Amino acid sequence: MIRLQNLTKDYGSLRAVDQISFEINEGEILGFLGPNGAGKTTTLKIMTCYLSPTSGDIEVEDMNIHEDQIEIKKLIGYLPEHNPLYIDMTVYEYLRFIADIRNITDFRARMKKVIEQCGLNGVVDKPINTLSKGYKQRVGFAQAILHDPKILILDEPTSGLDPNQIVEIRNLIKELGKEKTLVISSHILQEVQAVCDRIIIINKGKIVADGSTEELKSDFQHKTELILELIAPETEISGLKENITDITLSSISKLNETAFKVEIEFDPSHDKRAEIYNYIRSKEWTLLEMHRENISLEAVFRNLTIEGEGK
Amino acid sequence: MNLAAIITRKEIKSYFNSPAAYIVLVIFLLLSGWFFASPLFINNQANLRTLFGIIPLLFLFFVPAITMGLISREKNTGTIELLATLPIKDSQIIMGKFWASVSLIGIGLLFTLIHFITIVILGTNIDFGAIFCGYIGLLMLGTVYSAIGIFASSITSNQIVSLIISFFIIFFFFILKFSLFFIPDFLVGIFQFLSIDYHFSNITRGVIDTRNIIYFVSLIILFLKLAQTSLENRNWK
Repeated sequence: MIRLQNLTKDYGSLRAVDQISFEINEGEILGFLGPNGAGKTTTLKIMTCYLSPTSGDIEVEDMNIHEDQIEIKKLIGYLPEHNPLYIDMTVYEYLRFIADIRNITDFRARMKKVIEQCGLNGVVDKPINTLSKGYKQRVGFAQAILHDPKILILDEPTSGLDPNQIVEIRNLIKELGKEKTLVISSHILQEVQAVCDRIIIINKGKIVADGSTEELKSDFQHKTELILELIAPETEISGLKENITDITLSSISKLNETAFKVEIEFDPSHDKRAEIYNYIRSKEWTLLEMHRENISLEAVFRNLTIEGEGK
Repeated sequence: MNLAAIITRKEIKSYFNSPAAYIVLVIFLLLSGWFFASPLFINNQANLRTLFGIIPLLFLFFVPAITMGLISREKNTGTIELLATLPIKDSQIIMGKFWASVSLIGIGLLFTLIHFITIVILGTNIDFGAIFCGYIGLLMLGTVYSAIGIFASSITSNQIVSLIISFFIIFFFFILKFSLFFIPDFLVGIFQFLSIDYHFSNITRGVIDTRNIIYFVSLIILFLKLAQTSLENRNWK
């Protein structure tokens, strides 16, 4: 359990993190989301005892970051942003060095497990600077989980990787998430959507949303958007609006000679789909497609983070 | 194993993993060899006095070169974040790196023992005590310079800047002895006490006084503490 209380961090006159408070429960996979410069990395750096907060507190398992730094560091595995590594060491030397400092007693067994988990077989004796970016990222992971930490903090773990590598890393994250408390920061929505139980969105140093993926979506689903593709006489399409109450035709566009794409919006509490369908049938138009546009987390994210900027 | 010792081992390995340490050592040994050998043949004297006179000057270049990357490189590549989030204290990081550079200096001095062996073979009437004290003095000097170098390395992420800063701090302590002629009489005592050469030449003359030891030890502690403070004070970055 990690508890942040009124955490604030100033860099000179710039307030990077502004009075943030939240709790992370044991075993939770938390996605920490926000645009670049929102304060994600700063918050994580404070959690890992790299930076000290200007004010406020973090408690990790009843230990305080101002007093028990060394003990907290022992509990946490951390993959920093940009994954810094000692590139002139081999993978083995590097992990050995980390293990020595962390005083891992069953080094051989842990090493074997971690190498297998991170798919590092075959590169163990290679110098890190000869590895590809994907492999380097795996070495970073191996470093973070070598001491089997209860809490794993990953700062933008997939940034700069190609799509295949991203899938691999995500699978690794999912597997690790089964047994650990995980905090993952990202500015990529699909990523947190794919792996996290809970999402905290932060913008300009403040929390703007906190909840599960589903909760966040439903919170921001004020209207249903229905997309129709149909073959109908152009002039008669606006008849939809005149004959059915409480809908708006937000756009009509021509797909080809005969077919049109129509976007309709209505309040989700009054489902108008049956009425629309029946009207189309009564007119004997040909319906090619009808689907609801799901409001994506992306839209939620954009709404929340751009709103703040406008003010 | 002691955490600082793990850092020391890592740094020494990394010294010898790159050509830089070899180059610095070779240049140091070539120069010291030349300064040892030329009076040997020209003056027909088998002693180490010239060598002990020139090594402090060589250290002025040699020590900043070996300490410049110790912390600044970690800052530059971001690995300092990795190191600082491992369960190790900042003071242990500093001490580990400090001992690594002192060890390299020790290795450099160890190689100069070949000159000692040469004069043992060639010379007669060798003052072993003076030579022993000379080496103690040089090691002390190298240790102080290391502490200054570590401090300079801790305040920047640029190795060249670190090199220049440590060079000038060491240079300041180094040239104080030459300033004694130009300053008012009442300041001479203070400047003399601050001059590193005053304490060094005391030791090489075989007089190891507590004042000299206090001087060296307090400089070492001062600069290592400053380095630690600068490492802890990463918050404004």
